[in-house]
Amino acid sequence: MSVLVYTESENGTFKKIALEVASYGKAVADQLGTTVTAITINVDDASELGNYGVDKVLNVTNKDLETFNAKAYAAAIQQAAEKEGTKVVVVSSSVNSKYLAPLLAINLNAGYASNVLEVPSSTSPFIVKRNAFTNKAFEMFQINTEVKLLGVSKNTFGLRENKASAKSEAFSVTIPELGVHVDSVDKATNKVSIADAEIVVSAGRGLKGPENWGMIEELADVLGAATACSKPVSDLGWRPHSEHVGQTGKPVAANLYLAVGISGAIQHLAGINASKVKVVINIDPEAPFFKAADYGVVGDAFVVVPELIKKLKTFKAQQ
Amino acid sequence: MKILVCISHVPDTTSKINFTADNTKFDTSGVQHVINPNDEFGLTRAMWFKEKQGANVTVANVGGPETEPTLRKALAIGADAAIRVNTPANDGFSVAKQLAKVVQDGGYDLVIAGRESIDYNGGMVPGMIAGLTNSNFVNNCIGLEVDGTSAKVIREIDGGKETVSTTLPLIIGGQKGIVEESDLRIPNMRGIMMARQKPLTVVEPINIEPETASVSFDKPAPKGAVKLVSPDNLDELINLLHNEAKVI
Ligand SMILES: Cc1cc2nc3c(=O)[nH]c(=O)nc-3n(C[C@H](O)[C@H](O)[C@H](O)COP(=O)(O)OP(=O)(O)OC[C@H]3O[C@@H](n4cnc5c(N)ncnc54)[C@H](O)[C@@H]3O)c2cc1C
Ligand SMILES: Nc1ncnc2c1ncn2[C@@H]1O[C@H](COP(=O)(O)O)[C@@H](O)[C@H]1O
Repeated sequence: MSVLVYTESENGTFKKIALEVASYGKAVADQLGTTVTAITINVDDASELGNYGVDKVLNVTNKDLETFNAKAYAAAIQQAAEKEGTKVVVVSSSVNSKYLAPLLAINLNAGYASNVLEVPSSTSPFIVKRNAFTNKAFEMFQINTEVKLLGVSKNTFGLRENKASAKSEAFSVTIPELGVHVDSVDKATNKVSIADAEIVVSAGRGLKGPENWGMIEELADVLGAATACSKPVSDLGWRPHSEHVGQTGKPVAANLYLAVGISGAIQHLAGINASKVKVVINIDPEAPFFKAADYGVVGDAFVVVPELIKKLKTFKAQQ
Repeated sequence: MKILVCISHVPDTTSKINFTADNTKFDTSGVQHVINPNDEFGLTRAMWFKEKQGANVTVANVGGPETEPTLRKALAIGADAAIRVNTPANDGFSVAKQLAKVVQDGGYDLVIAGRESIDYNGGMVPGMIAGLTNSNFVNNCIGLEVDGTSAKVIREIDGGKETVSTTLPLIIGGQKGIVEESDLRIPNMRGIMMARQKPLTVVEPINIEPETASVSFDKPAPKGAVKLVSPDNLDELINLLHNEAKVI
């Protein structure tokens, strides 16, 4: 009966979203008057989950699950859900969770809501609030199936501490024939990824050319931020495509999104609106971004950014 | 190779989003509809398969008659045939079931859909088609090559990419990168003329018990005005971000 949460990890340690998913699962379990079980894959020590309301942990250790495979992971979560007799399964909105969730939904005959923002507004009928129209609207979404699958948005529910026992037990799973095999992974290990970053520093065509990105990287460095860019910047080849954010690029749900020399076109804003605090630096006071931002500086990026870096370094040194 | 490209008919990216009928329906008045951007990338990739590898390309949409101009546009870009499943696209699960039927009936080797649609942003249709038809599935596809019945796919992951190998039948959730922006095609006069002659088949839906439903919509509260900080007083910006917003 318990609520099942899939707590993602990397190299054996939980991602922050795993703790958010656990916190969310605990809130839903409270509504339903039940407990929270987590499934972890190749995590050595799951005790941290006990801080976020998890009562029981099904610990899967399996060499065949070392690299992510949507079908295999979906099968593992399905087996955990069936063992627990779960009616509500919670996953995150990470790239990998969004990949496995539709497969899991079909396996479990579960109605699936993605980009969920809050705990259900009602559990009978079961209705959740989700993001739709690329953050331009909310949708109240009803799930009619007996088993429900929820994909929660990042950085919305937040972390909520709740002491619980997080009793761990080994759980072995049967892995189906895969069909898709990973040949190679190409991942920058020294950089903060846009998906994981608390702060994202992003720059647009206002920077004039790729040679001017040094100060953006330095600003990101001082803030411990990931770097991103507007679509034309990646289309022009000034920056890699992986940095393109917006409606047709990566979504950004950071705590702080700092935009430099980006006009704030509707398609750009659509992808970054889920960020909590937005700051814009733009030379043109009429730039649409000022309507969407919380804080703004009207000024020349080539003057403001170096000055900001200097002041931030002083600030950080004092902390 | 028989390819099916799933085409979601969505409001143009600049559309104002409003709702009618007590906030239960998307207000389409004055809204231009387009091929979902992620699907347009996929359609262009399918055109290359057609031109270089002799593939046959069908496009499909689940929707009412109002989506036909979008399907005609896909035909004008170069698809060989179109299918419209005649039922409103109410939820991702039902759409996936209808499309899974189209896929099974047509015996497609490769199904290209988008990572997500920009209206409901479900991100669920391609994966569900794969689950329902028991096909291989790769999401967030930014590169795709097919040789015989084997495929190499590049997939975007958090902070990088990975290369995977798989076999047909295959379902793809595509996005920018599968082709680039500059590769997209605008229908020309000849394409538009030819599109009129191409088959657009309307098929009736199968009966589905919907698993999910949209109850109502709501818009975010209007934002307060921006706080402007003078470029000569960046200490104030740092102060605000630290003490007020608490984000640094
Ligand atoms: C279907 C579709 C999908 C799209 N998807 C996306 C998307 O996902 N993401 C995205 O970003 N865009 C997207 N776009 C493009 C979008 O419409 C805009 O064209 C784009 O966001 C503009 O990028 P920009 O702000 O970097 O450039 P510009 O619009 O050229 O703006 C540059 C800004 O820099 C400022 N500036 C100039 N010099 C300075 C200086 N010295 N100091 C400070 N500021 C300066 C200018 O005032 C201006 O506001 C999409 C468009 C379409 C049609
Ligand atoms: N009504 C529809 N008709 C055809 N294809 C669709 C429809 N809805 C979604 N799709 C496909 O599924 C992808 C993901 O959509 P979604 O799951 O709604 O985010 C889209 O990019 C399309 O390729």
